[in-house]
Amino acid sequence: MKKGLLIALGVVAFLVFIIIAIVSWGVGKYNTFIGLNEGVNQAWSQVENQYQRRVDLIPNLVATVKGVANFEKETYTAVTEARAKVGQIKLSPDQLSDPQAFQKFQQAQDGLSSALSRLLVVSENYPQLKANENFLQLQAQLEGTENRISVERMKFNQVVQEFNTATKTFPAAIIANFSGFREKQYFKAAEGSDQAPKIQF
Amino acid sequence: MAIILIRRSKKIMKKTLLIISIFLFVRVLYAQPEIPVLKNYAIDYTNTLNNSELYTLNSALKKFDDSTSNQIVFLMISSLDGYPLENYTYEVAAKNKIGSAKNNNGVLFFVAKDDRKMRIEVGYGLEGALPDALSNSILRNEVRPYFKQRDYYAGIAAGLNAIISATRGEYSGEKKDKEGKEKGFPFIFFVIIFVIIISILKRGGPGSGSAVLPWIILGSMSGGRSRSGWGSGGSGGFGGFSGGGGSFGGGGSSGSW
Repeated sequence: MKKGLLIALGVVAFLVFIIIAIVSWGVGKYNTFIGLNEGVNQAWSQVENQYQRRVDLIPNLVATVKGVANFEKETYTAVTEARAKVGQIKLSPDQLSDPQAFQKFQQAQDGLSSALSRLLVVSENYPQLKANENFLQLQAQLEGTENRISVERMKFNQVVQEFNTATKTFPAAIIANFSGFREKQYFKAAEGSDQAPKIQF
Repeated sequence: MAIILIRRSKKIMKKTLLIISIFLFVRVLYAQPEIPVLKNYAIDYTNTLNNSELYTLNSALKKFDDSTSNQIVFLMISSLDGYPLENYTYEVAAKNKIGSAKNNNGVLFFVAKDDRKMRIEVGYGLEGALPDALSNSILRNEVRPYFKQRDYYAGIAAGLNAIISATRGEYSGEKKDKEGKEKGFPFIFFVIIFVIIISILKRGGPGSGSAVLPWIILGSMSGGRSRSGWGSGGSGGFGGFSGGGGSFGGGGSSGSW
């Protein structure tokens, strides 16, 4: 009688322990995902900051180039057009798991990158520009911004990889599915960017 | 006949592709230079600077770190062997965690002597005091004239002086903060439950001593986790540099001479 009660109590305690263990594991995982998701969002806002910074630099740059090399019209109109296009395409953190939206965003930004690098290559032909302190500073800022963009993109890819690995590995994937954490997109290297257009001074 | 020819040419194509990809792979492997662990504030792997010059730079930079908490590090190597300059300096700066974790106030002044390339890599926290345009103008106007005359020490000193005067006053010399957050609450939670269960099961059993074991494990784990952020330094060379946990975002500027 007493022994039976003890065994029953033991079984109940064991079951309670299992349930607590599973629930606390699930809650722990969920919190981890929340943290990782926040990390991705933060990295994304850094990427956006740097892209924005580039957009802000362009009017000055174009104005300076225009003043000296007025006949390179199509080069700088290409930049202005690409800039306008970039302005139209925004990507909120919720859209990071949307492959199409992400690709569209990246295409627009890469388009601006190549238009800008063409502008800088063309400006190599103008000694007046290369001696213009204002232009040199803008060029340094633009170059620095491009470098920041690539660093922030790399950091973004790192945290996305962490997030994706965490949400896709097996037992935890159940929690991730359950709570609506979906796989996020990476930045891919733009076509031909393995031979990065080097801006020489 | 024609089909055989096409097949053959396909095979050859495949082979050449394979060979090309192997070559690319090997090239990438070779192109990746080693990222050094920095032990001093001023490091010269090219033996261009003599000992007293290095000592002067090192003690000036150490003094600057002590008084302002801004960490400026100078590194000179002979060649990058084709590795991208910006990637290299970012990796060196990030790996050595130049600057404090709180302010991210680190700067790396890097020179690849034989490549005639240089770069100032600026941590997040100093991007305001040392913006790209200023870094660029330091390289162009302070450093390059000396480097063109092969007066490396003068160029380096001029560059470092300019960096120091730009970043002075950005942060005051405050106590360097320790890092290390305690994580892993769920784990401890588990251990506690485990211990409770064990002690329940063991109740009535001979001696309750065995329930102590998990506590010992727990104790040793939490003990192992806490680490002091600041080593004693002084290892090798002059004033020991050790990174404070600063992070970098690709700010700064590159130049050549």
